Amino acid sequence: VSTLEHAVPARPVAAASLPARLHGWVVTVDHKRLGIMYVTSALVFFAIAGLEASIIRAQLALPGNDFVSPQVFNRMFTMHGTTMVFLVGMPMLLGIGNYLVPLMIGARDMAFPRLNAFGFWLFLFGGLLLYFSFLGGDGLYGAGTAPDVGWFAYSPLTGRAFSRGNSTDYWILGLLVSGFGSITTAANLVTTVVTMRCPGMTYGRMPLFVWLMLVDAVLVLFALPPLTAAQVMLAFDRWLGAHFFDAQAGGSALLWQHFFWIFGHPEVYILILPGFGFASEIIPVFSRKVIFGYPMMVAATVTIGFIAFGVWAHHMFTVGLPPVANGFFAGASMLIAVPTGIKIFNWLATMWGGRIRFATPMLFSTAFLFQFLCAGLTGIMLAVAPFDWQLSDSYFVVAHFHYVLVGGLLFTIFAAIYYWFPKATGRLLDERLGRWHFWLLVVGFNLTFGPQHLTGMLGMPRRIYTYLPDRGWDGLNLVSSLGVPVQAAAIAIFAWNLIRSLRSGAPAGDDPWDAWTLEWTTTSPPPAYNFEELPEVRSRRPLWDLKHPEDPDWRHE
Amino acid sequence: VDGGDGLIGTSVFAPASTPANQILELSHLVLAVCAGIFVVVAGLLVWCVVRYRHRPSDGPGDPPQVYGSNQIEIAWTIVPLIIVFVLFLVTARTLVALQTPGPQAGTLEVTVVGHQWWWEVRYPGLGVVTANELHVPAHVPTVIALESADVAHSFWVPRLAGKTDLIPGRRNRMWIRPLEPGTYLGQCAEYCGTQHAHMLLRVIAHPEGEFERWAAAERGPAVEDPAVADGRALFESTACVNCHRVGGTPAAGSFGPDLTHLMSRTTIGAGAAENTPANLRAWVHDPSTLKPGARMPAMQLRAPAVDRIVAYLETLR
Repeated sequence: VSTLEHAVPARPVAAASLPARLHGWVVTVDHKRLGIMYVTSALVFFAIAGLEASIIRAQLALPGNDFVSPQVFNRMFTMHGTTMVFLVGMPMLLGIGNYLVPLMIGARDMAFPRLNAFGFWLFLFGGLLLYFSFLGGDGLYGAGTAPDVGWFAYSPLTGRAFSRGNSTDYWILGLLVSGFGSITTAANLVTTVVTMRCPGMTYGRMPLFVWLMLVDAVLVLFALPPLTAAQVMLAFDRWLGAHFFDAQAGGSALLWQHFFWIFGHPEVYILILPGFGFASEIIPVFSRKVIFGYPMMVAATVTIGFIAFGVWAHHMFTVGLPPVANGFFAGASMLIAVPTGIKIFNWLATMWGGRIRFATPMLFSTAFLFQFLCAGLTGIMLAVAPFDWQLSDSYFVVAHFHYVLVGGLLFTIFAAIYYWFPKATGRLLDERLGRWHFWLLVVGFNLTFGPQHLTGMLGMPRRIYTYLPDRGWDGLNLVSSLGVPVQAAAIAIFAWNLIRSLRSGAPAGDDPWDAWTLEWTTTSPPPAYNFEELPEVRSRRPLWDLKHPEDPDWRHE
Repeated sequence: VDGGDGLIGTSVFAPASTPANQILELSHLVLAVCAGIFVVVAGLLVWCVVRYRHRPSDGPGDPPQVYGSNQIEIAWTIVPLIIVFVLFLVTARTLVALQTPGPQAGTLEVTVVGHQWWWEVRYPGLGVVTANELHVPAHVPTVIALESADVAHSFWVPRLAGKTDLIPGRRNRMWIRPLEPGTYLGQCAEYCGTQHAHMLLRVIAHPEGEFERWAAAERGPAVEDPAVADGRALFESTACVNCHRVGGTPAAGSFGPDLTHLMSRTTIGAGAAENTPANLRAWVHDPSTLKPGARMPAMQLRAPAVDRIVAYLETLR
């Protein structure tokens, strides 16, 4: 790794005026600045979606509550789900991938820098278009209304007969635009990984995060187009008199469900795979051990990628499919547990025998392991089709996917932010605030979503704006709602930590965690060109080789 | 979760019907397997956190590097595969048992049609039409055909069976066999618009013989009470009859619930409120006070007119 031997020039102090600096961000094609803009926008949308969730939980805290009207409640859960999936999860992961993949494979930028910028701006304006519906939606209930059809927007509720006005059109167009952004970024990532790896970096030597992002991007390329196509068909139904989903005119309402989940289930893996990638980088570094079973981890990832496209109808066990179809999709869904289990065991084996340092990134990764284990087990329950007939569309499902996407994914995103923030900014996030953030979030998250497993099993369906006091759901709902302020406090501390550390955090240096992958060989923050000289690698852990010349990795691989 | 006044809760752990029972048996097995996996894996995690956390006594340097182990990795691939295979087999067995019931003589057939936001209940063999309350005999199977008049809904009475969707253009089937008489609560489980929350449902399982008496009473035309003739005349001269049917009268609408035996039902507005005179009055005056967004418009009637119509409705036993 030759870059270490050269003095990297310090970044020139920004002396330009504010408009000039903003202009710089707007016209940039640098993958790192685009990555930072992705993450920043996603954090803003995250705050908005969190606010929407708080309104949902405030309404449900008590039976028969009238904090908000049913119309507002329905908009809130629609916008919360849509925002979290399309405007928080996807851009956050594509953004961090954008930032890290070129650095990790020893490249100077992405393969198509201008396409990269285009993808980001498509995402941002798609999101703004969706949110403009609050002002311009002019829907069923008068002026200014956001979509209220649920994030999976089942037909025929989205038809013009039931969704008048334009709110559903904002949902279609906003996601269509940002979806194209995701597709271009995925194509860019695949091309970058395939063509721009530095000398010596064979596929077998790529960091696991890069493998995960590669499989992830391929999933985006195959999963997003069905959604885009279905949205175009829905727009045709609404505005050009087509009848794709109109059962009264010979169309099929069920067809939408198939199209949506052919996108929707791989989408779940699109969201969680980068989380696996973060964990696969962070757990070894803080356990001070090489990842256990690298080839098996890669194989498990690719297997998940393939199976991801064969399980969509486990979202549709209740629509009346024949037993053979239900059996097939139940079996395929259970099969996912095998490669996922391999990953969990390999992470545990990595920790086994290590000397684990519980800095904030490792705290979040450890909680991820625990919560993702819960999510995986409830996932197996949901894959058992007859059991799913009871659990589907109940609060049990709400609990399950929040354990996947918050307890799993969001925790790894926080781990990643604490881990790579020093690289991106040159400053460490504060550890003490980080621990407060972590512990409050663990408590708040489990308080909110743990009881929902039970509420679902006691018969509470999701997406109801109120419930009767005689159902035995009161106490559990109240506990769920009480978890919200705890989570909000955690997020507030995180925001404060970001702002404070940006200004006055401890200087990070190039390699604050004593890590092993290429991004830690360059300065923090890296120069625009990333590496003065392109590195050359001989193993999966080039920095380990450098730090341990007596026992380099390439002897063992 | 016994609600006291004859109402029973909606817990999937208190099954009272053959399908719900079979699902619970299967879920006991699944829960046991998952609990076992949880104990093992979470135990390993806790052990790692406690045993292998960095201690000052560890000294400098990194621990021995272990790159993997074929034997161990094959083991934790094969064992989950076996568990998954077993789970798949028991799942398939229950699927077949519940989805392909053989011909059962004397089975009652009911059609339930989902509407925004109420349930239409039709007994084609008995000539009975009602709403929001499904009456069935206990101890014998009832086959329920599910259809939708507008958007997707889902029929869920947790103590009787898992849920099945009502999808426009499809005719789904499910069955129940309540093991004891009683009232079983449920509600729509697929988001269907503004008042999804108030699309409640109750299934009343009658003891032997009682179901036939109920059906006979329901089959008859509406009670004619001369004392409320002016209320009836007012009802029949307003837009009420465009949507509602009252058997044996000119009111023959089909968009809203059949009112022929309205007073035999416990609730109005698909569970939005108790069926009391005060609530009926509020509903006829303006349904949105009890159920914001309900499809029935405020009828713009003066208070005396509302009273007369409600007096008429109260005779529809």
